[in-house]
Amino acid sequence: MNNKRILSHGLNLGPESRPTSTASIMNHVLLALFPGLFAQFYYFGTGYLYNLAIALFAGLLCCLTIALAMTSTSEKALSYASPTPKHRFPGSIARKNISPILLDNSNWVTCVLVAIALPPNMPILIVTVAIVSALGLGKYIYGGLGQNIFNPAMVGYGVVLISFPSDLALWPPVIEGLSGATPLEQLKYNSGQTVQELTAGPAFGTLAGQGWEWINAAYLAGGLYLIYQRIIGWHIPVYLLASIILWSAAWYDMGSSLSLGSPVFHLFSGGIMLGAFFIATDPVTCPSSTRGKIYFGLLCGSLIFIIRSWGGYPDGIAFAVLLANLCVPLIDHIHNIND
Amino acid sequence: MAELFMLFVATMLVNNFVLVQFLGLCPFMGVSNRLDTSLSMALATTFVLTFSATLSHIIYHTLLLPMHLEYLQIITFIVVIASLVQAAEFLMRALSPLMYQVLGIYLPLITTNCAVLGVALLSVREFSSLLETIVFAIAASLGFSLVLILFSAIRERLSASNIPEAFAGTPIHLITAGLMSMAFMGFAGLS
Repeated sequence: MNNKRILSHGLNLGPESRPTSTASIMNHVLLALFPGLFAQFYYFGTGYLYNLAIALFAGLLCCLTIALAMTSTSEKALSYASPTPKHRFPGSIARKNISPILLDNSNWVTCVLVAIALPPNMPILIVTVAIVSALGLGKYIYGGLGQNIFNPAMVGYGVVLISFPSDLALWPPVIEGLSGATPLEQLKYNSGQTVQELTAGPAFGTLAGQGWEWINAAYLAGGLYLIYQRIIGWHIPVYLLASIILWSAAWYDMGSSLSLGSPVFHLFSGGIMLGAFFIATDPVTCPSSTRGKIYFGLLCGSLIFIIRSWGGYPDGIAFAVLLANLCVPLIDHIHNIND
Repeated sequence: MAELFMLFVATMLVNNFVLVQFLGLCPFMGVSNRLDTSLSMALATTFVLTFSATLSHIIYHTLLLPMHLEYLQIITFIVVIASLVQAAEFLMRALSPLMYQVLGIYLPLITTNCAVLGVALLSVREFSSLLETIVFAIAASLGFSLVLILFSAIRERLSASNIPEAFAGTPIHLITAGLMSMAFMGFAGLS
């Protein structure tokens, strides 16, 4: 199976095998995102369509710009190589650079991930900054597909999260007329209420926050489809979710007013399932060995819980993934591909 | 105990000397090209930083403060640091002559690592107890070592990848350091 080979050697994609096989992997990923996307549309409305449209358009412009920049450098290199200008075909070089970038579906996956990680109805400026940072700073500065250190979507999200923190805290209420704090924030700033009192409130459903539980369940379904199709390995999501269960069980405190929330609540809040199945499993930015993947999953899950519970940000997926990404070269150095 | 632990976490991660306070950037960029050199640099800096902060604290509180010579603190601390670096150099030359050769100028340059003097100056200003100073110094040097080692592993990978010509070398290292710094902002507000 071709896909499996590529994923087990995330970094060492041969240049010839890249476009077609990566494209088919990313088609599966886009397909698996659909249940979650649908759930988000259902609860937050058309604001997400708007986000997606801007993100894809900005992504298109960004890809074209990058392709043109690459063309102009390769033209220069060509003109140095052959002094006679009649051998140069600028148009064909441009086409040669543009089509792999536009056909590289992982760019579109990045755009979709940024669009759904942001709250709905974001200003055009913020979405554009996120997309340009994701594709430019996160991916193409490092040489494009397979070379980047950090997850591109999370670089884009991280840049706008630290640049426009107040805009990114604007999650609309799931139910009309309810205050804007997400269930995670309510738990974090609970004023002496026990977990049971809190979850009896209107913002909470049966498992976690009203709406959020179904969004997470939908992403979980998509993620299970990816594992079933062998697009992603099961190690990272399973160990990530397991470490969150362990941490939250250790600090659950039987639901007193100091409790940090039950394991089930943590599993179905915020962007956990999206992060565990779609973001942390990026084959380029996760370790290549199985043992490395286990450490990566545990590290990611622990960081998510630490930032979420004691940090300054309501949810920690983006920072946790970026922090785990920067440990990946060291993890790979310790457990290389062969074990 | 809990306070000391919080001080440790805050110094090592939340206010990481390299990525959040931007101190000690020269060795961070200078010796991070290989993992093994950065490992011994991290050890040497940890040694110098911990002992210099401790000694500076003792000297400040037993000599300078009673004699009202606070204005001599910078020059005193520099002397302490320089002599400790000399000690580290002797140790390194005796224990692993090869590493001594590889580190070259960067070993004596620990003297000018601003994180070392920074920790000494900050700890006499902020903390009155010796224990707090020691925890602060150990956390600062561990934070420095952690970031240095992670960065050198990243640089080893970058040297094998296909960076566009315009960004190859120092530019991509600085961009990567910036992105690492952004990731460390995730620890902000940890309490």
